[in-house]
Amino acid sequence: MDIKEYISSGILELYVYGALTEAESREVSQALREHPEIRKEVEEIEVALQKLSAAAAPSYNAEAILASIKKKLGNKSEGTVIGIERKKETDWVAYMGWAATVVLLVGLFFVFEDKNNLREQLSSEQAENAKMEQQIADAREDAEKSEELLAVLRDKNVSKVSLQGQNVAPEAYAAVYWNKEENKAYIDAKDLPEPPRGKVYQVWSLKLEPLTPTSIGLLDEFDMDDNKIFALENANESQAFGITLEPEGGSDSPTMDQLYVLGAVAAAP
Amino acid sequence: MQQDGLILELQNGNERAFQRIYELYSESVYGIIYSILNDEAIAQEILQDVFLKIWNNSSSYNSDKGRFFTWILNIARNASIDHIRSKSHKNSKKNLAADNFVDILESRSNFSAKADAIGIKKYIDILKPVCKKLIDLLFFKGYTQKETAEELEMPLGTVKTRNRACINKLREMLAE
Repeated sequence: MDIKEYISSGILELYVYGALTEAESREVSQALREHPEIRKEVEEIEVALQKLSAAAAPSYNAEAILASIKKKLGNKSEGTVIGIERKKETDWVAYMGWAATVVLLVGLFFVFEDKNNLREQLSSEQAENAKMEQQIADAREDAEKSEELLAVLRDKNVSKVSLQGQNVAPEAYAAVYWNKEENKAYIDAKDLPEPPRGKVYQVWSLKLEPLTPTSIGLLDEFDMDDNKIFALENANESQAFGITLEPEGGSDSPTMDQLYVLGAVAAAP
Repeated sequence: MQQDGLILELQNGNERAFQRIYELYSESVYGIIYSILNDEAIAQEILQDVFLKIWNNSSSYNSDKGRFFTWILNIARNASIDHIRSKSHKNSKKNLAADNFVDILESRSNFSAKADAIGIKKYIDILKPVCKKLIDLLFFKGYTQKETAEELEMPLGTVKTRNRACINKLREMLAE
């Protein structure tokens, strides 16, 4: 099992919410026992959710409520003790009453069990259906996205510009698929690191001699975007593209020491 | 963090373990109940019921099926929803449906000071609207993944990945 992928799939959050089916939950419980990394992740998710829900609580007198709960617990056990002590002489009517109650309870229990079984069966089938639907929906969504991307890349007017990692992030890489006819630039940012909080990637169209950068847009909601392909408008006569890391909302001119990737457009043949 | 030894003691009927469990979880539980019912008096009643259930049914918790927190969460949400469906709730004049945890955190001045002390309110403001909705439905309201997808008109797989990103943001903020 690829643990990183498992963790980043989002299944553990649903597990803590209780939004998985019983079968799925059992699988996660098993995984968490076998892999300390998964256990740690689950615990961290849980702590965050506990804090969040606690913050939604109005101020209250926790001790008074605990005392009241304990009183209710106490009342119950006292009640039974008194009940037993009082029974000193045989009271047949009462015994008959108890016997009838027991028979009734047993009967009710079976009816209840039966109903529960049916309900469980039903809900597990519903869950199974939901799972199938999800798989189909996912597959369809993926296929649609792939087709869209293929259509973009196959267009004869598209030129690909590779942007190589710069000093700040030598490992980074991005590509621009630029359709000059339609003034569109598709940024493939799969190999850019996730931006730190409060920062955003900004894409620049560059003209050389003199060097003139023009912003063509931000890679907004970077962490929310699954395929990391961003469509931006670019009506410039770009000679190169660059991507910098900027404060949220973007900047008027690029912060050059935060230049992540850069690449020149190949000269027209 | 889940304390397996403590849970075992609870299941053996140890009252001190019960008290510890109450200390650990009652505020979260109250927050969940309150976000569903939006009425302090009723929510406190349900809070008591929930902990009576935790005490009486502790033996039915099984760590194979999920986290102890999740087990408690389910009891709390079910008790709150049962109450909404019950007669006494229908007779009550208040309209309790619309609020969610965001409104609660944002609007309640009397404890916004407290939420600020924990530092959560300002984080909530930063969360994207879609995150607020996802967390409200999945966590506070106990929606399934599918119900959430339908409610937000979002593909099922997206619910899972987006929610992950949202919780990551929340954790990042809490860790600071």
